This record gives sequence, structure tokens and C-alpha cells, in this order.
Amino acid sequence: MKLDDIDREIIRLLQGDIPLETRPFVQLAEQLGATESEIVARIAAMRANGQLRRWGAVLRHHQAGYTANAMVAWRAKPDQADQAGEIMAAFKEISHCYLRQVPEDFGYSLFTMVHARSAAELDALIGQISLQSGLSDYAVIKSLQELKKASVQYVDL
Amino acid sequence: MTTKDQIDIKILDTLQNEFPLEERPFLALARQLGISEADVLERIAAMKASGLIRRIGGIFDSGRMGYYSTLCAMEVPAGRISEVGEIINRLPGVTHNYLRDHAFNIWFTLTASSPEKAARILSELEKDLGLPISSMPTLKVYKIKVSFEVGASDEA
Repeated sequence: MKLDDIDREIIRLLQGDIPLETRPFVQLAEQLGATESEIVARIAAMRANGQLRRWGAVLRHHQAGYTANAMVAWRAKPDQADQAGEIMAAFKEISHCYLRQVPEDFGYSLFTMVHARSAAELDALIGQISLQSGLSDYAVIKSLQELKKASVQYVDL
Repeated sequence: MTTKDQIDIKILDTLQNEFPLEERPFLALARQLGISEADVLERIAAMKASGLIRRIGGIFDSGRMGYYSTLCAMEVPAGRISEVGEIINRLPGVTHNYLRDHAFNIWFTLTASSPEKAARILSELEKDLGLPISSMPTLKVYKIKVSFEVGASDEA
């Protein structure tokens, strides 16, 4: 799955904000000596093979009314993780749910990003998730400050 | 938040979940909704200006692209947070970095071309900072979704 230069330029465009114009790909196509339909076909291929996970608008959560967000990490025994992970994934207020390899002294291996409209709603929601998943030991790890948020540069990392 | 009318809500929903992938995607969207392309562009511009829409584009799966990424956590003394944060942020493979309310107070994601490369970067960073880093790579993904319903449930 080697990326060529055209793919790299497409990725760069899509990681940013496409022009809000009737023909958003025309400029990139001209710059690369390609046609708009080639660009669209390449994007469709990346989407089909799962490299492009999402296509469309990315919202600001705060603006969308979700002002209370937290990373919540749950202690799950190896034989509990799958079932709890599936239960958590079904919550519409949970955007991400991953099982991670974690240091033993930390121990919370099931990570969720939980989104609510108020601190009270967030607390209640976390209680619900705990109840339904059967996991009662968890750490609520709220963000205090965003120090960096950028897109991956698919170059020589 | 200002009141959104039904057309804006439909635009937001389609933009997040089934935005057409075509040479003229906004025209396709306009046809779906039975309004003009100019109207669609104008409404999206307004929702960007108000800050509701961050951007229109894509999100890539770094694993599927052949890259390795890991979530890293550190316990940084209060007096060193901005210094440490800046040094971490200079790394090109660091995409997200947050100060968080936990004994592990700095959490960042590192993407590298291989697990070995990531391990090398992290061990150099540990040496530079004189602080240990806990790397917590993903074992399994149960859910990744970055869109939210903004329709009926949005009472704001």
C-alpha cells in the first residue's frame, strides 16, 4: 500500500479543509496534471480500502453542544474486555472505545471518549456505562488544555 | 448556539454521514435536499463562520496507511509542563497533546513508520526530558466515530 506523490497531495488536501466551491478538486487536479475524476477515483479507492476512514464535515464538539467531554479509562480483566467494549461501543455518547496495552501500575486498559452536554449529564452517563458494562473501577481523565491538535503528516515519520 | 433550521440540520447530517464523493459534491448534496448549490455553499459557509463546522475533508486511518501509533502518558512536575509540552509538540509524529487532570498529566499520540521507530523516538525523548514515558498502544478497536447527531436530540 505504497503512497505515491498524488496520493500524498490528496491526503494533504483532505486533512485540511477542501475549498468551499462548486468544484473543490479542480485546483488540485490542475496542480498535479490530473483530472478531477482521477482525483475522485483515488479518494474513492482510499475509502474502499479503509485508508480514508471518514469523508465529510468535522464538527467542533463544543459548538455542537457537547461541552462536557472526558477520557474515561476502565479496569477490565482480559476476559471482560470484549463484552464491555461492545456494550460501550453501543452508547451514542461514546465516540471512541479502544483496548490498550497499559503499564500494570496504571491498569485501566479500556479507553473511552465520552461526550455530554453538561458536567451532571457526564457524571450520570459514566454511571450508566459502568452499570451496563459491569466495570466499576475507572479513571475519569478530563482534558484541562489542548497543547497540540494536528493531522498526521504522512511523510518520513 | 443559534437556532438551526431543518435544512441546516439535514445539511449537517449529510455532510457528516453520507457526503457525496463526486467532482461537484455540493451540487449532489443540493440535489438531494432540493435546494440550489449556491444555497448549500452559503449555508455551509455560515456554519463554518459560526464555528460549528471545523472543516470539510477526511480522516485517515494511520494503521491502514501502514503507520504505527500509540497513546503516551507522562507524569510531569507542575513547573515543567509548558517546557515539556513544547518539546513534545516539536516532534512531527505528535498529533494530539493534552494536559489532563490525572497523576499522568500529559497525554500525547505519537505516529511513526514502525513500532521500532516509535520506540526509538520515545527513548530519545525520555533521555532529553529526564522523565519516563508510558506507551499504551491499541490492542483492539471497538469504536471510532467522530460525528454526532445534531438533529432531534439537539435542544440547544
